[in-house]
Amino acid sequence: MLELNHISFEVESDSARQIGIIHDLSLKVEAGKFVVVTGPNGGGKSTMARLIAGIEKPTSGRILLDGEDITDLSITERAKKGISFAFQQPVRFKGLTVLDLIRLSAGRNLQIGEACEYLSEVGLCARDYIDREVNASLSGGELKRIEIATVLARGTRLSVFDEPEAGIDLWSFQNLIRIFEKMRDSIRDSSIIIISHQERILDIADEIVVLSDGRISRQGTKQDILPELIGTEAAVAQCQGRRKEE
Amino acid sequence: MAGTVALDAVQKRIIEEVADLHEVPLGAYNFRANSKLAGRNTTANIDITSKEDGSGIDIRIKPGTKNESVHIPVVISESGITETVYNDFYIGEDSNVVIVAGCGIDNCGKQDSEHDGIHRFYIGKNAVVRYVEKHYGSGDGEGKRILNPGTEVYMDENSSMTMEMEQIKGVDSTERTTKAELKAGARLVVKERLMTHGTQSALSIYRVDLNGEGASADVVSRSVARDRSYQKFDARVTGNAPCSGHTECDSIIMDEGRILAVPSLEANDIDAMLVHEAAIGKIAGDQLVKLMTLGLTETEAEEQIINGFLK
Repeated sequence: MLELNHISFEVESDSARQIGIIHDLSLKVEAGKFVVVTGPNGGGKSTMARLIAGIEKPTSGRILLDGEDITDLSITERAKKGISFAFQQPVRFKGLTVLDLIRLSAGRNLQIGEACEYLSEVGLCARDYIDREVNASLSGGELKRIEIATVLARGTRLSVFDEPEAGIDLWSFQNLIRIFEKMRDSIRDSSIIIISHQERILDIADEIVVLSDGRISRQGTKQDILPELIGTEAAVAQCQGRRKEE
Repeated sequence: MAGTVALDAVQKRIIEEVADLHEVPLGAYNFRANSKLAGRNTTANIDITSKEDGSGIDIRIKPGTKNESVHIPVVISESGITETVYNDFYIGEDSNVVIVAGCGIDNCGKQDSEHDGIHRFYIGKNAVVRYVEKHYGSGDGEGKRILNPGTEVYMDENSSMTMEMEQIKGVDSTERTTKAELKAGARLVVKERLMTHGTQSALSIYRVDLNGEGASADVVSRSVARDRSYQKFDARVTGNAPCSGHTECDSIIMDEGRILAVPSLEANDIDAMLVHEAAIGKIAGDQLVKLMTLGLTETEAEEQIINGFLK
């Protein structure tokens, strides 16, 4: 399904020096797989997600989707080929309503009832939200769930979620886990990549990838990786990474 | 009292744009086409009469009139027409009405066409008015399409007025002046939507005086300036009594568009609470990126963002 072949991504620092964010990263995500990418903050997880969606272009390496090289395709072209991306920090729009956004996601003029189903799916009382503007009047948790609903409405073959749990309160979090469990169960031949720090999301993964310093440090099934992660260096590093951020 | 309404295809299209009318409306109306009366209807509660000097019309709404509407569209489809029209609305106490005014100019000729409509509203106690005004220009002639609307609103105690003003397309030059004076408990809400293209220029000036206790005003403008167009938004709310006022100008600039926003407040009473906000900027990059990840092209994403913003 998705292949990252020797991807590197560098940016120029203030002193005009090249700084590597991703180093020679190769990864295969098979159809029907639910892959969770974890690791310390600053390890390159979000950058990898943005490279897949086409928001950033790799400095070197190729990205293939179903064998087709999509490295040079734009964000729009990749979206049309079946890649969806849920932002870590959902974007606000003055004037665009939740219904507008879900219709744009679905790519057709959905009936209100159909659009409401996607909202119910993410635990929002559809009637209260469908006409709301996607603006600052919505809380972080509400925006996050609407963001997930847009990906559900697209129903594409590859969905990438960048830290869906970030900024979500405890009550919503239970709901979020339920959404991903359901996605996991109905995955069929599509694939899901979730960037997450949450043990409960790691727990439903087919495959866990640990990314640190822009490299894959570990990769394998949940059974192999999860016991290693919990209470290990990676978990400690992850906690330290968070403290640094705070 | 129904008069005949004889409009040609161009005029009908313009009427649709400015008044959302596909046929002759129910209720009272006065159609003006190329400086002449093209049709009029009055009702038991709403009377429309021409001013004796021919400079415009008087619309009188009886006290207690509920759920009736008045349409007064103006169409100019000939090149080189310049007119100034005075329309006075006398809205009786305790009434609740919708007034739809709109002006469309189709100028295919070489000479400028200009319509300056001066609307004065005298709103009685406890009356509720919704006023909708749309401006539209079309035609590919060299002659300019010019609209300079002037609106004066005099609001008696506890009356309420909501003004929805929209100018999205085709008007080359516009200077809109809106003045309002509010007595105790009166409430004014203005929602302005404006988009300018090409080398158009649009000036929008508001002067709102809150003169009675509990009066309130909310003047909100959303606008988009594209190409090389220019806009100026100049809104002043004056609080002369314990009152509350809010004015907001939120704008998107594109291409080489320019916008000057001048929100201002004047408090002449210790209990006047006045707020202004103004923001101007281009479309946020992450908004475009989000819509592109949904499969829209950059141009489609821009259109959606602007349509939503001006909705």
